[in-house]
Amino acid sequence: MAEKSELQYTAEHEWVLVDGNVATVGITDYAAGKLGDIVFVDLPKVGDTVALGKIVGEIESTKSVGEIFAPVAGTIVEANDAVSGSPELVNSDPFGEGWLVKIEFSELPSMLSLDEYTALTGD
Amino acid sequence: MTDVPTTSGSPAESSPAAVRYSPLHSIHEQLGAAFTDFAGWMMPVRYSSDLAEHHAVRAAAGIFDISHMAEIHVRGTDVGAFLDYALAGKLSGIALAQAKYSLLLNEAGGIIDDLVTYRLADEHFLVVANAGNRFAAATALAERAADFDVAVTDESDDYALIAVQGPVSRAILEATAGLASCATPLDELKYYRETAATFNGHDLIIGRTGYTGEDGFELYLHVDAAADLWAALTVAGEPLGLVPAGLACRDTLRLEAGMPLYGHELNLNTFPVQAGLGRVVALSKEGDFVGRAAIQAGPDAGARVLVGLAAEGRRAGRADYLIFNGDTEVGVITSGALSPTLGHPIAMAYVDPDVSEVGTELHIDVRGSRIAASVVSLPFYKREA
Repeated sequence: MAEKSELQYTAEHEWVLVDGNVATVGITDYAAGKLGDIVFVDLPKVGDTVALGKIVGEIESTKSVGEIFAPVAGTIVEANDAVSGSPELVNSDPFGEGWLVKIEFSELPSMLSLDEYTALTGD
Repeated sequence: MTDVPTTSGSPAESSPAAVRYSPLHSIHEQLGAAFTDFAGWMMPVRYSSDLAEHHAVRAAAGIFDISHMAEIHVRGTDVGAFLDYALAGKLSGIALAQAKYSLLLNEAGGIIDDLVTYRLADEHFLVVANAGNRFAAATALAERAADFDVAVTDESDDYALIAVQGPVSRAILEATAGLASCATPLDELKYYRETAATFNGHDLIIGRTGYTGEDGFELYLHVDAAADLWAALTVAGEPLGLVPAGLACRDTLRLEAGMPLYGHELNLNTFPVQAGLGRVVALSKEGDFVGRAAIQAGPDAGARVLVGLAAEGRRAGRADYLIFNGDTEVGVITSGALSPTLGHPIAMAYVDPDVSEVGTELHIDVRGSRIAASVVSLPFYKREA
């Protein structure tokens, strides 16, 4: 699990960990908390091409549905099978075992710092 | 993530005067609750995990703050005749200390609210309305009282309402310090009956009622004593598995139990018979009641009816999702979730009568994907007797 200050964030409550040209993507603890108990996660397949800002998956809780947006454009190089089988990992460890996908990218868009994201959620 | 609201610019911040807080609000904050706006009230949606809270209510017990509910008293010599006129049921026929589920209809046969009514004394009833319908219900009752010798008083602001629900509920109440003087001992109090009691000298009404499909109690008392009662119930209940439970699990519990929620299964444009509540309307009672003519005429032929739907997998149909039979749209979901107890998706939906038979195979449009679902009988879940 990376330090929250080392991550970048989006206004759609996703976090991004950049390592070389691969971005690991998850949702924030704030988003997981707002959704409630997560019971279903639908992730894209390895090899899928994703466009910046487009919907690539869904997260369902007992009470609501959230969409996963691609925070970067690129190719899915890994999807976290563990969360497909155990969606509760997104609640219990959103910044660690509850990561969702890894996207190989060629261009990194501008994202939010932890401070900027925290200002957004008001926490 | 789309539907996750940010706190900035929320109604809570922009117009604090419009938001109501429960008398138990500070307790919920201490417990770390997440809050949701429910009918203008800031109420606990969950404390930790809504799934864990749901399972605790099925296996042991949960304590709910439902102080947003409305308490309307009706007193007077004509009270039985008045309620028979104002509501769809025959309230004059219930015994002292009995409770009855009823409907408040408009002249067109539509549902203004669904209510639980308790007979506290021969000439004194307590009508409990949904928070969102408080003023509509109180206004309708007051207007309908014009020709009767009754007084209708909305005393909601004086009341807190705490529900203890689950198989060990009675043991918890019996172990609660300060809870005493039950007119009817709790082990003799039947389902849908109430008893007067006291808590540290404060008057209490205890109904063996609820909205979870489990055994349980609802405790009505003055707001000033609510925090102490919550604390005493918690002390008695924790060793027995009691957990604080929020509105999220209350919704999945009532859905499993096949209980309608106003604004979802019930509204002004729905006839009781469509919602499977034909039995709640006492057409055989003497005299007129508001909505009788429209109810007797009935809804249009082909009006949709409420059914249960069950599906496989984990992807749930939710409110407003459409139901298809082949390529034909035949209905719409009013409530749906992955059932925590059953482990598969369940939903209540209004469908065309010709596809309402139990066993009919239909499809739910889940955001563009078609999920197979079968019509099943309600409730989805029934506790063992």
